[in-house]
Amino acid sequence: MSTKEEERERENLGPFGSCPLPIFDHPQIVLGHGSGGKLSAELIEKVFVSRFRNPTLDKMDDQAVLEIGGTRLAFTTDSFVVTPIFFPGGDIGALAVNGTVNDLAVGGAKPLYLAAAFILEEGLPAADLARVVDSMAIAAQDAGVQLVTGDTKVVNRGKGDKVFITTTGIGHVNRATQLSADRAQPGDKILLSGSIGDHGITILSQRDGLEFESALESDCAALHGLVAAMLDEAEAAGNLAGVRVMRDPTRGGVATVLNEIAQRSRAGMVLRENAIPVRDTVRGACEMLGLDPLYVANEGKLVAVVAKEIADRVLAAMRRHRLGTDSCIIGEVIEQPAGMVLMKTSIGGTRVVDVLFGEQLPRIC
Amino acid sequence: MKYLDEYRSGDIAAKLVERIRRVQTRPWVIMEVCGGQTHSIVKHGIDHLLPKGVELVHGPGCPVCVTPLEMIDKAHAIARQPDVIFCSFGDMLRVPGSDGDLFSIKSQGGDVRVVYSPLDCLKIAKANPDKQVVFFAIGFETTAPANAMLAWQARGGGMTNVSLLVSHVLVPPAIEAILSSPENRVQGFLGPGHVCAVVGYTEYEPLAARFHVPIVITGFEPLDILEGVLMVIEQLEQGRAEVENQYSRVLDRGGNRPAQDLMGKVFEVSDRKWRGVGTIPESGFRLRDEFRGFDAEHRFRVTAIATMEPAVCISGQILQGIKKPHDCPAFGTECTPQRPLGATMVSAEGACAAYYAYGRHLKDADLVTIGEDGR
Repeated sequence: MSTKEEERERENLGPFGSCPLPIFDHPQIVLGHGSGGKLSAELIEKVFVSRFRNPTLDKMDDQAVLEIGGTRLAFTTDSFVVTPIFFPGGDIGALAVNGTVNDLAVGGAKPLYLAAAFILEEGLPAADLARVVDSMAIAAQDAGVQLVTGDTKVVNRGKGDKVFITTTGIGHVNRATQLSADRAQPGDKILLSGSIGDHGITILSQRDGLEFESALESDCAALHGLVAAMLDEAEAAGNLAGVRVMRDPTRGGVATVLNEIAQRSRAGMVLRENAIPVRDTVRGACEMLGLDPLYVANEGKLVAVVAKEIADRVLAAMRRHRLGTDSCIIGEVIEQPAGMVLMKTSIGGTRVVDVLFGEQLPRIC
Repeated sequence: MKYLDEYRSGDIAAKLVERIRRVQTRPWVIMEVCGGQTHSIVKHGIDHLLPKGVELVHGPGCPVCVTPLEMIDKAHAIARQPDVIFCSFGDMLRVPGSDGDLFSIKSQGGDVRVVYSPLDCLKIAKANPDKQVVFFAIGFETTAPANAMLAWQARGGGMTNVSLLVSHVLVPPAIEAILSSPENRVQGFLGPGHVCAVVGYTEYEPLAARFHVPIVITGFEPLDILEGVLMVIEQLEQGRAEVENQYSRVLDRGGNRPAQDLMGKVFEVSDRKWRGVGTIPESGFRLRDEFRGFDAEHRFRVTAIATMEPAVCISGQILQGIKKPHDCPAFGTECTPQRPLGATMVSAEGACAAYYAYGRHLKDADLVTIGEDGR
C-alpha cells in the first residue's frame, strides 16, 4: 500500500475523500437503460445475455443469421416507442417497418416477411391508428416485404403512450456474405451513407418546450436497396468478403455503432471530423443544445467497414443510389489502440470518441 | 457554417500555435476558468497542440460541479414530494446526492423535467395549476439573468405555484480564493467569456492588479482559446498583468446593463458553499427579501438540511487547479461518467468528465503518436 493510501486510511476517509457515494446499481430501470450506451449494454449483458447464452446471441449483431435446411435466414425484432408518433419525414409506422427491414438488410439479407404487434392505449383516435397502419403498408410495399402475422392489445389510458409497435422480420441471406461486427481489420475504410443526426434532431425539434423552426426531416428509409447495390459491387469486384461490417446507426448514433465494431473486432479506428457530413440545421441545433451529432439517432443511414482495395468502388456504388448520394469515407481502421475510436478534429487535435454512458444530457450553458 | 467554421480553422490554429511557440521562452501555468472552455479544449484536442511548456489547468467554472452536495440533497428532497414538478438544466440530473440522483427519483415516480430555458417553468406552471413547479436555479453570472427573469415574471404574473431553489455562484471570489491559496500554481487566466458578456470585466481589474496576474477574457471556440493563450503568454513574457478582452465580438468592458439591472433587482450577494471547496464569503447570490416568497428552500422547508463534506477531496483540488483529473487514483477506473464518484465527473463541463469523454484516460504518448500518424 502506498503512503498516500495509508494516509487516507488513517484519516478514515476512504480512498476517495469526500466524493459522494457512487450509484453502483440503479434499483429501478432509468431512462438511460434505453439510451443505447453503456447502461443499455450493461442491462443487456447482465439481465438477458447471461440467461440465454448461445453462440448466435453472443455475436450481438443487429440480427441473428441462422442456417436452416441449407438456407441462411436473417431474423430480428425491434420495438418502436417514438413521441410524437407523427413527425416530419415519417411516423411510427414507417419507422417500425424500415427499422426492422434495415436490421435485416445490414446482415446482408433480402428482407421478406414481417410480423407486427401493436400495444394501443385506450383513447387513441382510430383515425391516427389507420394513418399509422397506412404508412406501414406503404413502407412494406416499398421495401418489398409482406406483413404476414400480427397481434393487437389495448391497455388502459395512461398505461401506454398512444401506440407501441414491435416488428419482427425474416430475410433470406442469398449470397455468401460474412458480415459481422468482429470482422473489421486494420487498413479497412469506414464508409457512411450521408448526413448524420437528421432523425434525432427532427424528433427533438417536435418535443414540448423545444419547438424550433426547421425544414429538417427524419431520414427514415429502408436501406435494403442501398445494401444490395454495395454487395453487388463487391461481388463484381470479386471480393464480397471485403464488405466486413454494416450497421444502421440508430439510437446512440454513429459513435456508439463504431465503438461496438472497434471493441468486437479488437481494432482501433480513426475518424476525420471534417469528413463527417452534418447538415447545418443539425449542427446548429446540437451546438445550441450542447449535444454531439455523433451520438444522435439516424433512421436511414448506414455505416460500413470495407476493405481498402474495394472501398472506392463500393463508395461509388453507394453514391449512385438515391439514399447514398452524400456517401463518404469518414475514417479507417487502425491496429492500436484496440477497441477505441479516435477522431482527428478540424483544428488538427486528436480526441477519443467514447461510448455514451446514458442519455446525452444538454449542457447548462 | 457561419459563426462556427471561421473559429475552427486548422490553418489559423496552426499559425496561432506557431506564434505561441515563438513568444514563449519558459514554462507557464494558465487556468481556463470556465467549464465550457475546458470542454472545448478537450473536445478539439487543443491542449495537445500547445508547446510543452504551456500547461492548461482547469478552473472552477463548471456550475454543476461546484453546486454543493447539501443543495443537491435539498433538490432531491423537494423533487421527491408529491405534486411537485421539479425542473432543471439537463446535466444536473445525473449528479449524485447523498442518496441517488434525479434520474433515480424520476424512475421512482418523481416528476423531474429537463428545461432549456428557466421561463419554460412558467408555461409548465400555467398548464399544471394544481402542481408546484420548482426550478433548480444554479450557475454563474451567465445563467443568473434568465433565472432572475423567472422570479421577476412569476411575481409579476402573481403566480403562486412557481419557486426557485437558488444556488448561484460568482466567478471573481473564486479566482480570489485560488490566488490566495498557498498552493496556487496559476500564473495567468483565460477569463470567462459568457460571464463577462453579462457583467463586464471591471471586477477583474483589481484582481489582476492586486495579484499581478494577466486575465484575458476569452471565448469558447478553438481559435478563441488559442488566441487567449497567446495573449496571456505575451503579457507574462512582458511582465504585464492586465485585463484584456479576446472576446470583443461578444462583450465590452461594461457588459449587459439591462441584465445586470434585473439581476440586481432579484438577487443579492451572499456567502455560498462550493462543492469540494467550502464556503467562500460573498461568492454567490440569494433571492432578495421581496422575492422570498419564491424561495423553494422556504416553501418546502428544506433549509435545515445540512450535508457535511469532509475537507479533503480531490474534486475540490481539481476545481482549484491544484490537481489534474488523472492525479486521482480512481479516475477512469472506479470513477467514470457512468458511475461518477465526484461532481467533476458528472457534468460534460466537469474537468474529469471532459478528460474522460475525450480520452484523457489514455496515455498522452498514445494520442500524440496517433495524431502524427493520422496527419
